[in-house]
Amino acid sequence: MSRYLLRLGALGYLALILLVPVGFVFYRAFQHGLGPAWDAVTSHQAVHALELTLLMAAIAVPANTIFGVVLALALVRTRFPGRGLVNAIVDLPLALSPVVVGLALFLLYGRGGWLGSFADHGLKILFAVPGMVLATMFVSLPFVVREVVPVLREIGTEQEQAAETLGASPFQTFWKITLPAIRWAVAYGVVLTTARAIGEFGAVSVVSGRIEGRTETLPLYVQAQFEQFNVQGAYAASVVLALIAIATVVGLRLVHPREEA
Amino acid sequence: MASNAAVLERPAGVVSGRAGGAVARGMVMGYLSVVVLLPLAALTWSARAEGLDSFWHQATRPEALAALELTLGVAAICALVNAVAGTTIAWVLVRDSFPGKGTVDAVIDLPFALPTIVAGLTLLALYGPGGPAGIDVAFTRLGLLVALLFVTLPFVVRAVQPVLLELDTEVEEAAASLGAGSIAIFRRIVFPSLLPAILSGVALAFARAVGEFGAVVLISGNIPFKTEVSSVYIFGQLQSGNGTGAAAVSVVLLAISLGVLLLFGVFRRWWTKHEYV
Repeated sequence: MSRYLLRLGALGYLALILLVPVGFVFYRAFQHGLGPAWDAVTSHQAVHALELTLLMAAIAVPANTIFGVVLALALVRTRFPGRGLVNAIVDLPLALSPVVVGLALFLLYGRGGWLGSFADHGLKILFAVPGMVLATMFVSLPFVVREVVPVLREIGTEQEQAAETLGASPFQTFWKITLPAIRWAVAYGVVLTTARAIGEFGAVSVVSGRIEGRTETLPLYVQAQFEQFNVQGAYAASVVLALIAIATVVGLRLVHPREEA
Repeated sequence: MASNAAVLERPAGVVSGRAGGAVARGMVMGYLSVVVLLPLAALTWSARAEGLDSFWHQATRPEALAALELTLGVAAICALVNAVAGTTIAWVLVRDSFPGKGTVDAVIDLPFALPTIVAGLTLLALYGPGGPAGIDVAFTRLGLLVALLFVTLPFVVRAVQPVLLELDTEVEEAAASLGAGSIAIFRRIVFPSLLPAILSGVALAFARAVGEFGAVVLISGNIPFKTEVSSVYIFGQLQSGNGTGAAAVSVVLLAISLGVLLLFGVFRRWWTKHEYV
């Protein structure tokens, strides 16, 4: 009896908080048929926003993946002063408000900021793509590190040592022994990084200046359309983002590293 | 998310190629400095650029204080609800079986994957004015809480689930055979083993709720003294040209985030030492 009550409670909560709302956005987007929804997402502004969003991910994800693997190796396989501090800093983007991240970049690269003079030399960072990329890199930084570190701990160093004794170079050891062992963790981290990079709103909202058709990513486009009372456009773009999110969740299932370990 | 919790410290292995190690370390430190540390240093610098008095004045303005109070209060309620709901969901996913369980399990990750602005729009469509449910929580504190519950849903579930999976049911069976009721079994046997996982999930959920922006910006209506949380306040101050005020409150949020992370780290180390080693 209590088993059914618990099940009902858990599933009811999930339905109210998560499933029904997400399902309802699909309903609202296609309420007037496929035509208007399709027109809304293929408008020039929406397509540009989607392209810009994908560009952010295309830069931030590889950068954070390489950084994440190298940092995970440094954290697990070497000891250096300040290791605990680095560990805490890596977690910070998970706990810090994205608006604070955006403001920090705004103050650093804005007029009068320490690096504000970049703009005088023709390199526009704020209200342009470089600043938005930096914001995206900041917020999506921890995921690969956090997935790879526990796996590196678990596999230990025996195989790497064996490879070394047999004359393999550090590079060969990494490529042939370490990387295959952590590949699922890396893949899991990459999926999470991508999802975060595509969905980032607060930090990008501050540094982009939200210039329509220029620095507007798809999440910013959703808000702008909603505020301009183009609800149809907002819902349609939301469905595109929701579909990406659902693909992410399916992707996470496909590469679930915890079942491997 | 929780996979990093409670891992054993292992003595460092043979460091292959000392020079390579140093180069790699330099590389990641450089990256970390440029992407994370430099902006945060600039933020802290700006907050106190006009003196500590100005910082204090900006951080304790009535509107800023009201926003901070609301932020911490709603985040605390959100964390509490998550502790109960998340543990229940994890329990049902591990110990119960019903058709479609795999799908429900996968769906838990959706709030991590869904852009926060979409989460906000989604909730506003359903629970906002003119919604089909007939309830309107838009521009209320309840709406704020619902939005935060949406984005923080996975933290406790994903922290508790693996621990529950590993938990040996033999002890519970023994307790049951000795006549313990299901509530006593949960309270005396299951709950103490789950507590560190619940707390780590709650800490992350709390930190996330304190900083959340995208999900609350549409549904809260951002009414000062009523539904304006700190992140929205910061954004508003920046829009109206008060960069110093925005930076001052940002530094407060930064300190809260760091505090939660440090407490979390201390707790994790303490627990690892006392339980597993």
